[in-house]
Amino acid sequence: MSNEIPIIELEKVSKSFGLFKVLDELDLVLEKDKVNIIIGRSGGGKSVLIKHIIGLLKPDSGRVLIQGQDIAPLKERSLASVRRKFGMLFQEAALFDSFTVEENVAFPLREHTSKSIREIQETVEARLASVGLSGMGGKMPSELSGGMRKRVGLARALVMDPQIVLFDEPTSGLDPVMSAAINDLILRTQREFGATCVVISHDIEATMKIADRIYMLYNGKIIAMGTPREIRDWDDPVVRQFIRGEADGPIKVN
Amino acid sequence: MKSLIQYLGKSTIDLLREMGQIMLLFFEALFWLFRPPFRIRHFFKQVEFIGVNSLFVVMLTSLFTGMVLALQTYYAFRMFSAETLVGATVALSMTRELGPVITGLMVTGRAGSAICAEIGTMRVTEQVDALTVMAVNPVQYLVLPRVLAGFIVLPLLTVISDVMGILGGYLVGVKILGIHGGLFMNKIYEFVEVGDVYNGLVKASVFGVILTLVGCYKGFYTGGGAEGVGRSTTQAVVMSSVLILVSDYILTALMF
Ligand SMILES: Nc1ncnc2c1ncn2[C@@H]1O[C@H](COP(=O)(O)OP(=O)(O)OP(=O)(O)O)[C@@H](O)[C@H]1O
Ligand SMILES: [Mg+2]
Repeated sequence: MSNEIPIIELEKVSKSFGLFKVLDELDLVLEKDKVNIIIGRSGGGKSVLIKHIIGLLKPDSGRVLIQGQDIAPLKERSLASVRRKFGMLFQEAALFDSFTVEENVAFPLREHTSKSIREIQETVEARLASVGLSGMGGKMPSELSGGMRKRVGLARALVMDPQIVLFDEPTSGLDPVMSAAINDLILRTQREFGATCVVISHDIEATMKIADRIYMLYNGKIIAMGTPREIRDWDDPVVRQFIRGEADGPIKVN
Repeated sequence: MKSLIQYLGKSTIDLLREMGQIMLLFFEALFWLFRPPFRIRHFFKQVEFIGVNSLFVVMLTSLFTGMVLALQTYYAFRMFSAETLVGATVALSMTRELGPVITGLMVTGRAGSAICAEIGTMRVTEQVDALTVMAVNPVQYLVLPRVLAGFIVLPLLTVISDVMGILGGYLVGVKILGIHGGLFMNKIYEFVEVGDVYNGLVKASVFGVILTLVGCYKGFYTGGGAEGVGRSTTQAVVMSSVLILVSDYILTALMF
């Protein structure tokens, strides 16, 4: 196990926007075929981190290794083949607003497979059903609520059965029942397709329930990582305050 | 004084850098031109969007341009009794210059701005990133069909613009000012050569590439939410218009 190449590894990754340092020599190794959940403050750089993993942002320094291959120096064209292993749900879903729901979910299939129209239709309908949106295929994204858009984004991210799925806050803005259903879906994705899941979440309770590994991002570094139990019993006051959601402590609101 | 020079220097450097980036985008689009998948449907959608939707405004502006040209030249030519040359003057001005330029500017306002707003919105709502993540090259998917459509459609629109301009000249010259219709047309045949029309169409193609490319570029590199998209759109229109007029001079100097 220990000599195997990790599926995703970040080595001393730094990223600044202007003078503002978001990631600061961050080291991170994610586990294959597990649900890896990243937690951290709002504005703390979680979305920036996840965009480095898929090559949307380039680090100022450091290496981003996907199955041992450093993708930071890769050109756009070679990145494309690496990206086919990925599915990604964006924080704001990022649906194509000139396409219907169905066309959105079908998009990766149309681009990268030679499936027939019928097959695509069936797959899309099944995927929509799994996120509780069956029969909504004909709607435009602008006609949907935020939570519905997110679920369409989720269906689109999973439709190619990717090896690695990145979820940027899959359950924020959903009601408790739907959140539970989406968390279930993430677990199922991992169990049934054996995918490596990387999830950003603010929902500590659900995180504790579904995570195999939890990583806490704070001040541009990973300050804690471990199983839910290990994180719950973590000694550091910052982690403790965050996990318990307390207003008083070392984390200041400003 | 110093700050003025600084300002001019900085503006020039910014402009040159942007030109460089636009050229890079152009070469990137060219790279994808001969590589599958070929997005025929996208291309025709853009042809419709850029061409069909701009048709009316191009026809209208060209008609009035031809009319006012006829009026102005009539008053000038009457002083030395050369009224019959009004038609030829209108036709030459339209085919060589005004047809392509008016078409270019109108399509910039009509479609160039819309291209920028559309791609800019896709940028700020992460739809461009979503394309990238799904391993679809955004230049190939978004930029190439638009630039190609601009290249093909602008000459077609220009032909219509030329015809409308001459028609406007005819209406004013012959129907209102009473120039002899046969002579009016004869002088056009006498003075206008196929080369004039052809050169005008080449210009139009260049303008078509400029306005779509600048629209795509400004949209592609926009930031800062809805406000940013609005700013980029304005910049795209201004920049395209300036580039069209500058390149018009350069092309004219090279051609005639
Ligand atoms: N493209 C960008 N340009 C400039 N600054 C950026 C950019 N993207 C992110 N930032 C900055 O980086 C910081 C981290 O942003 P990020 O979106 O990663 O936060 P987050 O942890 O995902 O927060 P949230 O939980 O609210 O989504 C923010 O302060 C943001 O202003
Ligand atoms: Mg975020």
